[in-house]
Amino acid sequence: MTVGAPTIDPDETRTIFQRGAPGRRAFVCPPSEVPALAPAEVLPERLLRQAPPRLPEVSEPEIVRHYVGLSKRNFDLDSGFYPLGSCTMKHNPRLHERVAALSGHARLHPLQDPERAQGALELMWRLERALSELAGLAHVSLQPSAGSQGELAGVLLTRAYHEDRGQQRRKVLIPDTAHGTNPATVAMAGLVTVTVQTNADGGVDLDDLRAKVDDDVACLMLTNPNTLGLFDPNIVAIASIVHEAGAILYYDGANLNAVMGISRPGDMGFDIVHFNLHKTFTQPHGGGGPGSGPIAVSDRIEPYLMVPRIVRYDDGHFELSEQAPRSIGRLRGFQGNFGCFVRAYAYICSLGAAGLKDVSEVAVLNANYLLARLSEQGVAEYLPRAYGQLCMHELVLSGAPMRRELAVKTLDLAKRLLDHGFHPPTVYFPLLVEEALMIEPTETETKETLDAFADAVAAILAEAASDPEILRQAPHTTPVRRLDEATAVRSPVLRERLADAPREPAHAG
Amino acid sequence: MAPASYPQDLLYHPEHDWARIEGDEATLGITWYAQDVLGEVVFFDLPSVGTVVSQGEAYAEVESVKAVSDVIAPLSGEIVAVNDALAAGPQAINEDPYGDGWLVKIRLADPSGRESLLDSESYAAGLTSTTGQA
Repeated sequence: MTVGAPTIDPDETRTIFQRGAPGRRAFVCPPSEVPALAPAEVLPERLLRQAPPRLPEVSEPEIVRHYVGLSKRNFDLDSGFYPLGSCTMKHNPRLHERVAALSGHARLHPLQDPERAQGALELMWRLERALSELAGLAHVSLQPSAGSQGELAGVLLTRAYHEDRGQQRRKVLIPDTAHGTNPATVAMAGLVTVTVQTNADGGVDLDDLRAKVDDDVACLMLTNPNTLGLFDPNIVAIASIVHEAGAILYYDGANLNAVMGISRPGDMGFDIVHFNLHKTFTQPHGGGGPGSGPIAVSDRIEPYLMVPRIVRYDDGHFELSEQAPRSIGRLRGFQGNFGCFVRAYAYICSLGAAGLKDVSEVAVLNANYLLARLSEQGVAEYLPRAYGQLCMHELVLSGAPMRRELAVKTLDLAKRLLDHGFHPPTVYFPLLVEEALMIEPTETETKETLDAFADAVAAILAEAASDPEILRQAPHTTPVRRLDEATAVRSPVLRERLADAPREPAHAG
Repeated sequence: MAPASYPQDLLYHPEHDWARIEGDEATLGITWYAQDVLGEVVFFDLPSVGTVVSQGEAYAEVESVKAVSDVIAPLSGEIVAVNDALAAGPQAINEDPYGDGWLVKIRLADPSGRESLLDSESYAAGLTSTTGQA
């Protein structure tokens, strides 16, 4: 391995505008049989261009090679292990793509009359019922388009619930382990975040919770298992403290992959739950596709649920209904990301109730197997567990000893993992763990992959002890080397001006 | 980046902030440890002159490549000057946390507030006991 200055092949950085030649076309339309109108005859003068726009002028093979080249430089789940903690990067079964691509699903127009979209409404209704069963809460809306939008819906519903009782509660309690979207959602909804401390076991500090609950608290937002990968055993006590104060309990479903069919948020006392269909129920995500964040709610929240709602009549007929006078209204246009619904429903039908439970059990087993492998000699001295003995579906290690004793940061280890063909885990989150490394293997990885990952971490730590500079300069084998993140944020260059992108002669091949 | 240091002439708040008291004014900043944990600072959200800050409460935000964090006021008072140079060069917080990386100057509201702050040795001792545990 040679360590040197980053080098980037000029061909790697050329944009589509820098390829091709003037007048070159990928496709030539047949001559039109309709007489052409001069633009000046049909458009006001102020809208007429003075010069034609500069568009890429490339052949079809050039287009194909350009974009295939870009896609090959991406790291994706189809290329390798992607243990990005809290993101549930599980395999996307090809069956789901086939079902989603059926023309009745893929080509359905969002403005189609519900009379002519009965099949789609039935699929959505059945998905709602399945999610209701998993949540242990009776009512579901599929509308939110991401976990964050599900959270926003949840906090707006909470507000509506209290306002309907003549109360303006301003505070939302959030543990210091929470996903960053929780406080962002609270701010978005015009409320104020109050942070609850974590206890020595990695759960909610009950004394701190009791001290902070009062009649100005609208709700507690909680993830269980939390972002430390730990299930909070005090959940019943937490629920009773929150409910006694008249507040709502909100479940961030980002970590549902650990508990499907095993524990239900509704049974734990939660009033509102969001699902991340794109995580737990498979979907290409993380830049690869749209998300979907349905919510399930209890009876007391139901009157405020979004419209339109899917109604099923006794004769099996489906309709979209706006009949809900106390509803918070609509959260987005149309009904949600329908392709996500199809994939999630295909997943639920493929696996059934027993299969979904297997998913969670194997997800937890895989995480604990990896935790055990990473607790072996040579690793645990530098990367100890942050909390607890066992974990749920993901594990959090601390690179603090590695940094102190080897002068190597978690970021360096993460970058070096790229050279071993692995996507790095989540780093520096949760914030209360110093030099955090958060690993979520998911249930779809084999023992061989988990072993290879653990071996790679051990090899990197051995390398760090003998030649730490290799880590500090990593990655060495990726198309682009270590990025200067600080300069990228301090002086971002967000676009290239066309004037600065002259067309360059194409390289051979 | 400068090596770890906690100058003797400063007072420290356990949330990793320092104060240099000169008469009825104090200069505030974050400690070497804070900037080291944050990593490269990319943005400091400058508060306005005239803002009143309260001991133990957040008065500004600092953003690094890792996270956005609150900056806690070690003492109470009114901001009389802000380090405008940080708008264009927030890296001064990493490079010189006790010098060019100062954040604000305040006019002290309550001189007794200093009694709850730590000296260099006590602050540094607290760091070794908390960093040993993840």
